Amino acid sequence: MSVAAVENNKFIVGLYDHEEKLLKAIKHIRSKGIEIHDALSPFPVHGIDPILGLKDTRLHTAGFFFGLTGTTTALSVITFISKFNYPIIIGGKPFWALPAYIPVTFELTVLFASVGMVTTYLIRNKLWPGRVPRIFDKRTTDNLFALTFAIDDKSTADIDKIKSVLGETGALEINTKEFKDSDEPLN
Amino acid sequence: MSTYESPIREALIKGEDTNYSKITDDIVRNTEGTPPMAWMIAFALASATALFGVFCLFYTVWKGIGVWGLNKTVDWAWDITNFVWWIGIGHAGTLISAVLLLFRQKWRTGINRAAEAMTIFAVICAGLFPIFHMGRVWMAFFIFPYPNTRGPLWVNFNSPLLWDVFAISTYFTVSLLFWYSGLMPDFATIRDRAKTARRKMIYNILSFGWVGTAKQWQRFESLSLVLAGLSTPLVLSVHTIVSFDFATSVVPGWHTTIFPPYFVAGAIFSGFAMVQTLMLITRKIFNLQNYITTAHLESMNKVIVLTGSIVGVAYITELVIAWYSGYLYEQYAFYNRALGPYKWAYISMMTCNVISPQVFWFKKIRRSVFYSFLLSIFVNIGMWFERFVIIVTSLHRDFLPSSWNYFTPTWVDAGLYVGTIGIFFTLFLLFARTFPVIAIAEVKSIFSSSAETAKSKMSDPQDFSDVHSHSHDSGHGAHAAVHHDKNFNEQ
Repeated sequence: MSVAAVENNKFIVGLYDHEEKLLKAIKHIRSKGIEIHDALSPFPVHGIDPILGLKDTRLHTAGFFFGLTGTTTALSVITFISKFNYPIIIGGKPFWALPAYIPVTFELTVLFASVGMVTTYLIRNKLWPGRVPRIFDKRTTDNLFALTFAIDDKSTADIDKIKSVLGETGALEINTKEFKDSDEPLN
Repeated sequence: MSTYESPIREALIKGEDTNYSKITDDIVRNTEGTPPMAWMIAFALASATALFGVFCLFYTVWKGIGVWGLNKTVDWAWDITNFVWWIGIGHAGTLISAVLLLFRQKWRTGINRAAEAMTIFAVICAGLFPIFHMGRVWMAFFIFPYPNTRGPLWVNFNSPLLWDVFAISTYFTVSLLFWYSGLMPDFATIRDRAKTARRKMIYNILSFGWVGTAKQWQRFESLSLVLAGLSTPLVLSVHTIVSFDFATSVVPGWHTTIFPPYFVAGAIFSGFAMVQTLMLITRKIFNLQNYITTAHLESMNKVIVLTGSIVGVAYITELVIAWYSGYLYEQYAFYNRALGPYKWAYISMMTCNVISPQVFWFKKIRRSVFYSFLLSIFVNIGMWFERFVIIVTSLHRDFLPSSWNYFTPTWVDAGLYVGTIGIFFTLFLLFARTFPVIAIAEVKSIFSSSAETAKSKMSDPQDFSDVHSHSHDSGHGAHAAVHHDKNFNEQ
């Protein structure tokens, strides 16, 4: 799966009715040297990433750094307030009483990590309220699994090859889907 | 690859003819068409109660906190009791969605969506009490540290009440994010089968334009796992901090180190009881017995009997430690708690929380819908009394015997409490009608291993060899490829 520089508009969509068939099909198709544009499924299919050649996501690494930002923010703000801006004796304890600051520091770490990760997740997945997505087949959120192939720049022979290989893998249906730039995909 | 599961293990998705599209149908159907009569009656009742609760809130703000039954000695009573009760209830949602995810408990998938919704609504109800106890609610934002024009004047970072502000608001935010990130794919499912353009548009907005590409799912799984990992210590920290509200004070009966684990166990205990209550109602109204099965009920009852026993041990420990301390005032606090004027509350607590859940040691009772429902109500009542007992009995006989007092609630106290139950059920019923009440994608993801239909295939010896070769796919590419070609030819 690669991100093409030019937006693709024409696709072949192969549909499967079971995740095992999908996984087998991906292996078979890739062994024939055919590039898969994307795989769609109604739920996360385990083991699909290496077969499809997807790199591991770095979302959790981002989460770690967001969390670290939260820790530093909490400790520095509390230190500034309690030690410098508003030093006041509470219960005879030092102005800077670290044990008492741990709960708030922990909460802010979790808060920053979660909010940061979810934001990154939405941006990277291109998800926002009102986004009109390209729907290759409505049934991929219900019971079917789809493999899509971009065919804008493919010759008829290539297209036929894709279709015949899809046939070999036991695809339930092999459809062609074309999006126009001005298309209203939510039909 | 879907992991192999023993055919002996009870199926989590029942039904002879289940498949992926039937799962979608069964769950999404509840958001389509006219609601069932039972839902309408329940909604009318809940929203009427909620309106009365809102009236009591207005009345409190208009007249002042004096309309509550508080007095100089008992200056915290039903408000904080209700706050802790609701927060505790909320904990089960996070526990189910986060802790059980980390422990790979598949039965989580049938109930996690509703349990997380319950968490969010319970935290909303909980938050109302401390906010309205402030009296001048329009100044509630004073609890946050922000640069202000009142000189350098900041909140007290050494105070557990401030920790609570951070804990509860973080908890609410993270629960909401966790819940909503799981909802997006399911909203897309509803969108893609919507009949009208308006419905399609609304659910597309709610789904954030989800389509379910391999990369989206990969990030989804990563996000769920990390959020679960973050929520697990978070949920423990929240109730620990709630218990610090009491434990860091110097009031005998509150000042005990056992409070954090004791409160956390109690929270899980009461939360699971509320999940049980809600799930039993939901499966009945929406006909979801195939997804919320007796196996689910039994698992929850097991958690209830475990946490109930932990709570029981904590009660006894408190008494023993008070005796062992050799300190007269500590001993009196606990003597008075168990045998003083609030003896009736202590007995109710002990009966509902410690004795009643012990019947769940019997498998027959654990798997009975009737007893599960009855005992879940008992536990909810018992856990409310636990907080009441801890709070009021410790306060009502304070350091000066001349100010010893007895707390009696007013109709406003009762109205607020009942009102929040109304708000909670109103929100829950709205959720159950418009949102997928069971996590569709997650239930589908356990289908191949845990559904009755998939299991019946597994026990068939001919198909078993097929399943076996699948489970080795990822490890032995070359070996598996041979099988593939064979299978392709068969197809």
